[in-house]
Order: sequence, then C-alpha cells, then structure tokens
Amino acid sequence: MDDSKRYDRLLERYGNGDLDRRSFLGLIGAAGLAYGVVTPFAREALAATEQVRFDGWGGVVSEAFRKYAFDPYTKKTGIKVVDGTFGSGDEYLSRVKASQKGEYNIAHLSGVFDYARYNSLGLTSELNEKNIPNLQYVIPKLANVFRKITDGKLSCVPYDYGTTGIAYNRKHISDDEAKEKGAKLLIDKKLKGKLGAWGDWRTRVWYGSLQTGQDPNNAKDMDAVWDAIRANRDLLLKYWSSGAELMSLLAEEEIYATEAWSGRVYALQEQGHDIGYMDPPNGFGWQECLFVIKGSPMAACEELLNFMLAPATSIAVAEGQNYPPALDPKKIDLGKKIPTLPAFDPTGKLDGLTFADPDYWNGHEQEWSKKFGRIQKGY
Amino acid sequence: MTIERREARQPWILLSPSLVTITLLLIVPVFFIVVYSFWLRTASGADQAGFYLDNWKEALTDPFYRDILLYTLKIAAITTIFCAVMGYPAAYFIARSKGNKALLLMLLMLPFWISYIIRTMSWINILGVSGALNWALMHLGIIDEPLQMLYNQVTIVLGLVHFLLPFMILNIYVSLEGIDVTLEDAAHSLGATRWQSFLEVTLPLSLAGLAAGGLLCFVLAAGTYITPVILGGPSDAMFANLVFEAIITQLDWPMGSALSLMLLVVLGALVLVYNHFLGMGQLMKGLGK
Repeated sequence: MDDSKRYDRLLERYGNGDLDRRSFLGLIGAAGLAYGVVTPFAREALAATEQVRFDGWGGVVSEAFRKYAFDPYTKKTGIKVVDGTFGSGDEYLSRVKASQKGEYNIAHLSGVFDYARYNSLGLTSELNEKNIPNLQYVIPKLANVFRKITDGKLSCVPYDYGTTGIAYNRKHISDDEAKEKGAKLLIDKKLKGKLGAWGDWRTRVWYGSLQTGQDPNNAKDMDAVWDAIRANRDLLLKYWSSGAELMSLLAEEEIYATEAWSGRVYALQEQGHDIGYMDPPNGFGWQECLFVIKGSPMAACEELLNFMLAPATSIAVAEGQNYPPALDPKKIDLGKKIPTLPAFDPTGKLDGLTFADPDYWNGHEQEWSKKFGRIQKGY
Repeated sequence: MTIERREARQPWILLSPSLVTITLLLIVPVFFIVVYSFWLRTASGADQAGFYLDNWKEALTDPFYRDILLYTLKIAAITTIFCAVMGYPAAYFIARSKGNKALLLMLLMLPFWISYIIRTMSWINILGVSGALNWALMHLGIIDEPLQMLYNQVTIVLGLVHFLLPFMILNIYVSLEGIDVTLEDAAHSLGATRWQSFLEVTLPLSLAGLAAGGLLCFVLAAGTYITPVILGGPSDAMFANLVFEAIITQLDWPMGSALSLMLLVVLGALVLVYNHFLGMGQLMKGLGK
C-alpha cells in the first residue's frame, strides 16, 4: 500500500469516528516515521537490485528486446537484465509454478487469458502506476481488459498486439485463393502433406471454430470443431512448436500454408520469401503484455517497464519484432514502418480485431487442452 | 576396531558421496513424484493435495495411454535392433584394429561434443525438401521433385539410432576387448573357419556387452522426448511427450507424475528381466564380492 493511500484510509477512519484524534495523530506520526525510515532503504533496495530476469519468446523478438531495451537500460541503471526464453505460455507457467519466489520477474505474456490464469494462481503483483508514467501513452482498451481481472489494478503493462492469421506460399497458393478459402484453406485436401499447424490447443480450437462457421469465443457445436481439428491433423506434415520452427518450415518450403504469427511472417517477407499473410474474418487477435510476477523487485521492474514503454524504445522494439506497439497512434507518432505491419490499427481502437474472451477460454482450458492432446496424437 | 570391521566399512565410506547424491537427487524426487501422483489438478491449475486414485485409474485403464506406451516400446525395440546390427561390426572393427584404436575411439566420442538437439536437428538439413540429399538427387537427375523424407516414424528411428549408436558400440567394444584373442586362434587350430570361430566363440562371449548396450539403448530410446518433437510427424508422440504435455501444457502435475511413474515401472521391470536372465551380478563382481 502506498503512503498516500494509507493516509487516505486513516483520514477516512478518523472522519467516520473509528479513530480518536490521539490515535489518528499517533498513526500518522508512525506512518511518517515509517516513510522516513523505509524510503531510503527502498532506494537502497533498488540500488541493491543487481539483476532482473526477463523471459520472452526468443528469436527476433528477443533480439529486438536485447538491442533496443535491455542493453540501454543496463547502461543507464547498472541493473543487468537476465534474458531467458520459452516456447509457450504454458511451458513458462509451469516453470514459474516450480520456481522459488522472486526467481522469475517479468514475462512477455500473450493473451488476456494468460493474465487471468496467473491471477487465479495468485501470481499477480500490484504495479505502482505512478512509477510508470509512460503508461499514459498506451491504448486504454488494451490496459482496461487487464484492469477488469485484477480489480482495477495492473500486474502488467500492455506492450504489443498482433494476430495469428494464415501464412501461405505464393508460389503454390494465390492471394485470391487464400482469401476465398479463408480458414478452410487449412483443411484443403489438395494441400495434404504440405500444411503445418501450431500444436497449441487454443489456436486449434479457434481455427476449428472458424472452419465450422462458429463464433470462436462461443462455439456451440464442439463435436464439429473437434472433427475440423481432426481433418486438419490428417492433412498436416507437422505441428510446429516455436516461432523459429514456423519460419524454418515456411522458408524451406516444407509446408505451403499454416496459421502463423503476423510478426514472424513479416520477418520472412523482409528476408525476401514470397509468403502471403491474411487474417480471415474473426481471425485470432491477441495482445501481449509485460507481466510482473509476485515476489519480484517491484521498483526495478517498474523502472524497466517504464523504460521499455518509452516511445523511442517501444517503437524500436516494435520495428525489430514486427508487432505493432501498444502505444496509442493518436498520441504518439509511430514512424513509417509500424503502419505497414500486419494487424496495425491506425485508429487505436482495435475494433477490427477479435480477442479471446478469458472467461470462455480459461473455463474450458482443462477439458480442451486434454482433448486436443489426444486428437493431436491420432485419437 | 578390528581390521575386518574397518575393511567392511571402507566400501560404504567410499560409496557414501554417491549414495547421498543418489538419495537426494533421485530417490527423494521420486518419492515426491509418488506423492504427487495421488493429488488432483483443480480447474485453476493449482494442485489439490490428498489421496486420490483418479490419475492411476485413468493411466491404467485408458487405452490411449496403453497404445502410446506400446508404440513407444515398439520404436525403442526397433531402434535397439538397428543399433545392435550396425554397432556390432563397428565395435568388432575397433576392437580388432591395430595401431589406430585410440583414434577410432576418439572418433566414436566426437558426436558427444555436439549437443544432442543440434545433432537431431541436423537431419532437417540433410533430409529436408531443400536439404542436402534432395539437392544431390535432383542435381544427379535421379528425381525431378524433392522427396518428402522428414517427419515420420522412420526419421524418429533414424534420429534415435544416430544418438544411441555410440552407446551400443562402446558397450560391445568393452566386451570384445575382454575376450582373449587366442581363443579364436585355438578355434582355428581345431579346424573352425573364421565365421565358425566368430559364431561359436566370439559372439557368445560378447553377448553380455551386446545385452548391456541393448538395455541402455532401449531405456534411453523409450524415454526420449526431443527426437519425436523435432523429427516426428503429427501423430508420432512417444510416452515422454505425454508426460511433458500433462505437466507443461495441461499444468496437470499429478497426472504427469502418474504417467512418469508408469514409464519408470515398465522400464524398471525390463531391467529386472535383464537382471534375471543375464544378471547384474557381473557388475557386482567388480566390487570384489
């Protein structure tokens, strides 16, 4: 609890008659003493923080973070950023669950559903937003969905957003064909043995819903969804499990089409590969955040978050990782490259993107992750 | 203290660092896993402590787990057979070579200098659509279109053989090195052909090494996780992948614990069978008992 809030509560109790004047003044004095004693130590604690652990998705994303955020931050503060990677949010959550308090600090999490899962496991912290003034530049809609889960508070700052759309090799699939078939391109028998898919149950169920003409946030006929997932499985060459593997499969032409992360496809296009990308109607939109785990050195983490949200840093990272930043384009000039990135919304309202409903997805997580695990293996 | 008592204590004193390490890093964690296997996963992903048989009931009665376990044992058996067939001639060649034995052994060890994951991934560059083999076949005019060689059972076995072959060769080699070569000469002098002396003398005497290598390869192959992930197709999961999925993807540590213990028991039973027929006693003899 910060000091102003502590004072407000004492004042309220005094005003309500719950505290007599002597007790009120005594507590105010004690609070002042505590502030005087603690603040220098708090400053020292920040100074004593030698390192902060950050975990992200690896590949070009981590490279961008290292180059544009961590190295300059370390240079400025002297605090080292230990940079780790994970292959999926599930894998990371499992690691955090097995860790000691404070071992993991900040994670580049994807999806509001992950934020909700961390909250239900009691892993959320409480950010002091006063220490993160750059939060003012963030698209409000992106922050508000997190606030709803943690009673108006934040345990993370929104950082970027993107989509999981469909990538296809233009040598073999035309833009028109991809657009016409939409999500059903991934169950096209003509492409048997030349399709890839992310082995992530949420993405599979989302696309299964699209392929059966259902609302991905409220599918009614799950049997049809599972059948579509089976149909997709039977045509696959491989379920990929990381962004690097996705890029390799597409670049080496092992596969001609797969659902893919927008930024990774943009990176392939920048490398000169003729890979098309499209978001089918109700395509999978997501936002990523920088999540601070309970037990982390908050002052150092908040300072790093503020540093990373600074427009110059945020834009540089976005250009490096090819995902639009969470910065509001109505408040900040995002330069020339970002408006060309897939999924970028110049209005800052993000009305064109469909995000996963955390209650719906987390409510089915236990059942569907298990069910998909079986279907994936041929059942 | 009498000399006998001191001598009786000495092996235990020497063994104590290993015993403490094994107790702390193997026996205690296995105990935790046993306890975990009787817990339950709640909807939020947290664990519910208690004594529930649900995980065990599911693991032992659901045909899904049985089928994947059988598939895993099949892949491990095929891999072991390939390792034995390919490893024996190589081990024999090294054991009987003169002069360059050290060099050959170093070459055998060379792959261990490179990460197992990198070695496994190297097959993508060899067998991929734009890999070395397809490139060579197309440039030689043998094929017009690249062949799809990756991501199937064959590539899983290939990756496992690549990984495990040195273990098999080393075990057989050690066994062959221990055979007195004059025994083969004696067989020749009694009229046996080279082939007969190999079949009647060398092979039976080296079977212990072959069996030890086979056991090692089988156990390692059955517990593999990375190879099917990198080189397998959509439905080529092995049992260790189920454990990973339960623990990591589904955050169901209790079920993952039950599954890992199931694999441990099956492989442990295999070691007991090995011990019954071939005997671990050979190893004990080395301790002077």
